[in-house]
Amino acid sequence: MSELEIMADRPGRLPSPLGLLVHQIGYQNRVFRRVPISAFFTLAFPLMFLLLFAAISGDIFIGGGHEVSAAQFYVPGLAVFTAASATYTNIGISTAITRDEGILRRVRGTPLPRWVYLGGVVGSGVSIAAFGVLLMLVVGMIVYGVEVDLDRVLPAVITFVVGTASFAMLGLALAAVAPSGQSSPALAQATMLPMAFVSEVFFPLGDDPVRWLQVVGDVLPLKAFVEAFFTPFDPYHSGSGWEPALLLRMACWGVFGALVAARRFRWEPSVGSGRSRRSEAAGV
Amino acid sequence: MSASAALTVSGLCRSYGDVRAVDGLSFQVEPGEVFALLGPNGAGKSTTVEILEGHRSRDTGTVEVLGHDPGASSAAFRDRIGIVLQEVGIERELTVREALVHYGACYSRRRPVDEVLELVGLHGLGDRRTHRLSGGQKRRIDLALGIIGDPDVLFLDEPTTGFDPSARRQAWEMVDGLRALGTTIVLTSHYMDEVQALADRVLVIAGGRAVAEGTPDELRGSMDRETAIRARFPLEADGTVDDLLGRLSGRATVRGGRLEVRTEQPTADLHRLTAWAMERKLELADLEVVRPTLEDVYLDLVGGDGEVDVGAGDHG
Repeated sequence: MSELEIMADRPGRLPSPLGLLVHQIGYQNRVFRRVPISAFFTLAFPLMFLLLFAAISGDIFIGGGHEVSAAQFYVPGLAVFTAASATYTNIGISTAITRDEGILRRVRGTPLPRWVYLGGVVGSGVSIAAFGVLLMLVVGMIVYGVEVDLDRVLPAVITFVVGTASFAMLGLALAAVAPSGQSSPALAQATMLPMAFVSEVFFPLGDDPVRWLQVVGDVLPLKAFVEAFFTPFDPYHSGSGWEPALLLRMACWGVFGALVAARRFRWEPSVGSGRSRRSEAAGV
Repeated sequence: MSASAALTVSGLCRSYGDVRAVDGLSFQVEPGEVFALLGPNGAGKSTTVEILEGHRSRDTGTVEVLGHDPGASSAAFRDRIGIVLQEVGIERELTVREALVHYGACYSRRRPVDEVLELVGLHGLGDRRTHRLSGGQKRRIDLALGIIGDPDVLFLDEPTTGFDPSARRQAWEMVDGLRALGTTIVLTSHYMDEVQALADRVLVIAGGRAVAEGTPDELRGSMDRETAIRARFPLEADGTVDDLLGRLSGRATVRGGRLEVRTEQPTADLHRLTAWAMERKLELADLEVVRPTLEDVYLDLVGGDGEVDVGAGDHG
């Protein structure tokens, strides 16, 4: 090999980042599909809640002239819970685990740009969330009489996009701060489940809830997601279905998550995971 | 320093806290060469290779790989290298073929998947999920992923650590196959026999410093003229050996009643040793005259305290 040959970079161009991003999303979705337990918790778990709520509340129809199914009030909330699970919980846990398995270390040695890898993780989470939300809404419409106002589909879609993007960033932040892959499920559930309760995903806190519960719910991002997504489905809402203040609150959390992830994200397995470098563990 | 080197390292230093893991290394690797970094655990081999790969930062020194500074870590650089690290993972749920297609997709040029499977000895296992592979087969898929992008320089970090003897032979054949294709290879090892079998040139490092460099034959040749005379005598005689050491032509070491003489005149020194012992009516137990093995050379170089797997029998 001549001097020129050895120094010259490849004449063939690197694959386009956009094509790689599409490829990465497809690949992450494939890996997700092949792990039944994560598919169960992300997609089937919220549907079980739907079944339980419907069984508890029965086929109650509320309202005078225009009767409304009770499911109209809890299906949008459960759809948001699905979306947050598919992004925040799913991304946080799976990314921390793939890091400890040394997969991120392998990725880092390839020409794949890092942002494309993380973009694939986020894109996959958002597409799984879209599938889960549609599934929830379709089951709600067919089985439990949920109604969708076609004029308000756009605000619902935009709310979904802003919400899942923000929760995906928080998922990356969770993976970044999780000390190990093993501890990430506990961290994810310990933050997600209480947040779901104060955000009135499962049942309303009542007409006059304890003040601090209300404040905590108002500060955290999930209640904003639930309320903003409910508005387009709210039979008593007379406006256009947009909630700009709530979207802004979610977006702020998304930016916060992105900043934490940018500062703290690691590609190397955590020390003690069995895949950390001996040299690091030994300090040599 | 030739301008056409595939890889040039000069004055490289890297510390972790107070520990100088790499302490002023300089070397270069020519295109098509198989270059080995040999040394005991903790000698700084992996740190050096990780700096060359762009996985780790350096404190001082210059490093150039294929005209790139690995520290800048550009995609164009990573497009041209292949990395086989220790302790990397792979998606359990993918099949071998899917993994190769997936990782291959991010390179500008890639080897055909079937060719790679053949080369690493995984043909017939393309449709198997990776978590159903044995340990040795997983190491092969690491190698397969290292070469899927048709690299100009391939880094192999301890490629056969943990292998049984037959798996090591097979791994060596794979590396030979890559050498035949003209790939420049930088490998680390603490196996003397591995380096002898694979490397065109060896850099022996200990404590982050270079202690010897050359072809395996040159390393051996530097001590080839010497023969070792070894013997054991009663400990109480330790104090009286000074007059013996003065008589010998070779380099003698005495430790705990064990004497070793490295000499180019074995006949004369053996005569002097036995005459000295007979004057004192000492019986020299375990008296032997041996040619040093390559392991002895290596242990000499790294100070004798290296954790090495000598493979070729007893040398004590």
